[in-house]
Amino acid sequence: MAQPFLDRDLRVRPIDAYIDPPVPRERAIITHGHGDHARSGHGAVLATPDTIAIMKTRYGEDCARTFQPLPYGEVLEMDGMRISLHPAGHILGSAQVLMEFGGQRIVVTGDYKRLPDRTAQPFELLECDLLVTEATFGLPVFQHPDPALEIRRLLASVAAYPSRAHVIGCYALGKAQRVISLLREGGYDAPIYLHGAMIRLCALYEELGIPLGPLLPALDVPKAGLEGRIVIAPPSAVKDRWSRRLPDPVLAVASGWMSVKQRARQSGVELPLVISDHVDWNELRQTVAETRAQTVWVTHGREDALVYYCQQQGLAAEPLNITAYDDGPEDVE
Amino acid sequence: MKAFAQLLEILALTPSRNRKIEALSRYFATTPDPDRGYALAILTGAMSFKNVKPALLKETVLAEVDPHLFALSYDYVGDLGETIALIWPHHGGTEELPSLAELVELFTITPKPKLPGLIGSLLTRAEINERWALVKMTTGALRIGLSARLAKTALADMSGRDLQAIEEVWHGISMPYSELFDWLEGRSDRPDIDHAARFHPMMLSNPIDEARDLPALSPADYAAEWKWDGIRVQLIASGGRVSLFSRTGDDIANAFPDVVDRVFGDAVLDGELLVGRDFVPATFNDLQQRLNRKTASAKHIAELPAFIRAYDMLFDGAEDIRALPWTERRARLEAFLSREKQHVIDISPVIDWSDAEMLAAIRRRGADEEGHEGVMLKLRSSPYVPGRPKGLWYKWKRDPNVVDTVLMYAQRGHGKRSSFYSDYTFGVWKGNEIVPVGKAYFGFTDAELKELDRWIRNNTIASFGPVREVRKELVFEVAFDSAQTSNRHKSGVALRFPRINRIRWDKPAGEAATIDEMLAFIPAS
Repeated sequence: MAQPFLDRDLRVRPIDAYIDPPVPRERAIITHGHGDHARSGHGAVLATPDTIAIMKTRYGEDCARTFQPLPYGEVLEMDGMRISLHPAGHILGSAQVLMEFGGQRIVVTGDYKRLPDRTAQPFELLECDLLVTEATFGLPVFQHPDPALEIRRLLASVAAYPSRAHVIGCYALGKAQRVISLLREGGYDAPIYLHGAMIRLCALYEELGIPLGPLLPALDVPKAGLEGRIVIAPPSAVKDRWSRRLPDPVLAVASGWMSVKQRARQSGVELPLVISDHVDWNELRQTVAETRAQTVWVTHGREDALVYYCQQQGLAAEPLNITAYDDGPEDVE
Repeated sequence: MKAFAQLLEILALTPSRNRKIEALSRYFATTPDPDRGYALAILTGAMSFKNVKPALLKETVLAEVDPHLFALSYDYVGDLGETIALIWPHHGGTEELPSLAELVELFTITPKPKLPGLIGSLLTRAEINERWALVKMTTGALRIGLSARLAKTALADMSGRDLQAIEEVWHGISMPYSELFDWLEGRSDRPDIDHAARFHPMMLSNPIDEARDLPALSPADYAAEWKWDGIRVQLIASGGRVSLFSRTGDDIANAFPDVVDRVFGDAVLDGELLVGRDFVPATFNDLQQRLNRKTASAKHIAELPAFIRAYDMLFDGAEDIRALPWTERRARLEAFLSREKQHVIDISPVIDWSDAEMLAAIRRRGADEEGHEGVMLKLRSSPYVPGRPKGLWYKWKRDPNVVDTVLMYAQRGHGKRSSFYSDYTFGVWKGNEIVPVGKAYFGFTDAELKELDRWIRNNTIASFGPVREVRKELVFEVAFDSAQTSNRHKSGVALRFPRINRIRWDKPAGEAATIDEMLAFIPAS
């Protein structure tokens, strides 16, 4: 392949813009609203309307100088380049960036998943020459189960322990809303109780058209009132003093990491729920194949294995080692 | 299999001891024989298959998965069984897995060449939790934080029988334990076991609390002995047959023919296995060369002859004397040793002491000059009680030696520590270079582990497989019980029981110890 027009720090050379830059930049293209990808303090931000709404909710109206919303599939032409955003299926508003310049097609996936999710626009496959992909779960040990089965395990546990609260550790943006939505899909229509950190973003999701059913703040409910109830809280609160207010809580965490039992054990999780907002190993391989990319760059995650796999397939592949993107076991996506 | 897989998952993930016991007793009460008996064997570590070993499982998986990807995955997950369960690429089949009893039968009768095919098809048929349970039961390493004791506690809980009574019969019965369940559920009498020929669970000591316990102890009530630096054994001699068991009940007689072939009389003794000539103990390092071997070579026997330093007696002839006070058992032991001329057994002497201060001085001198691990204090009126009863026996270990070392290499841990760099090799200065003197896996908190892990990732200068070499900049204060010469270590020094005492983030590596300072810890002999 000719010299790509994208640098290895994700600078889009023809327009001098950066994708998900970890430091403030004059021009930034933001794939989705998670803190490690969307930071405040940029000059001009290009993102989907939902991502912009999320950024403004989290960081304030003036977290960037200007915002340019680009709806999915609309093409922006700029300095001889064509840029468009396409659903990544990771969280609400999450996007892959498709760029065309000088006859070359490059796709930067951001974080993505391919399983159906009522809280995120469904992943769209894009063919390209250079695929820049994440590899959060880029090891063959990660084969995510059907999330509906995980929800069934959760509901079985709720039924088995009627005097205990179930507190589910979830990242406040994306995972919380997805778990709530999966519970509704699984037939659970009782109120779900929220830690304070969840309330604003759940309200935003509802405003943006994602129904979540009855939600109540956990704060004012007396201990006994939460017996047999489901509470959603950030992972940090689950293991913290915060959950002492709950009646004999079952600690659950919803994350792709939870498939490794030793890992669940070492973080004291009693009910690990393998619910991930990233592609697993099989979907990573599927995506690499279906995009028909000849060159693959891996931004972050378990990059060794994916790079090795791609090279085995005869593709040019290299890791970018972008350490600014969280991917440790402590970070629950 | 489904129920057993569920049980294993609860045991692995429930932090509460009571809830584990609840889950176990529910399982034992609702699962039929012989399945529950096999489950009990797996949970207590009594199950092993001659032909189904971790290597065979690995081979089965490597036929389906790229070896390099497997290695990366294992390095990440840190537990072989779990790696295999998670990485198995084929899922499907609606047929339920066989029952535990059927699986045990299959693993036992299937000829070796057909085992990979059998295991592969079982892994494919299994649901993810069953796959994990299946691998765990075949590799024998459960690593779910369950002790055999807890499983027996659940049996006591389920049946209302006394835990000690269950411990008593335990080593005389075997899987699938139907006679045990018959007795527990009141269908038959307690199983009859040949008391003299079976391993009897040992009585263990508690570490002494110097501030709280020590001032309250008087020589009138407590006898003192050295804490020997060997391994605890139980010797059973009955009608010309002699067995030798380790503390966990493993039969180690085959590795020590020089002991078992030269014992006279009938008795069950408790003592320390040591090596050395004329009852002069050599170092633990020397003993170690004879441990973990199935047999002993003539050379080893000649160079490192083994003997037993006895300190208690459980059976005198066929008579169970465990309920007698320590003083009487001691008198019986002395009488036995003077009655029967023994070539490989002597007695652990009782130390005279008058007060805590004097005992402290004795303990320090014993440690410094003779390499003793410390002293034991035994209540003179104590019966021999299996387990770790409170207030009867105390161990008062020597104060650890402490030395500042430099972290050299780190490796990922296993089990609970999987995926963190938690195994550390450290060294001391020898001229301008640092030479390794030991490895340690513990002595730090989980929070410190995370910090260390991060430091190691940021300061790696080279990788060799799973091992990272780091910048020689971080100082560990390492505590250890004793130092010995060693020709296995480049530095010529081996540390006994090293652990990280403190992480000295503040201390420059240049101020770490030198090899000469280390050599000064080795007692002159």
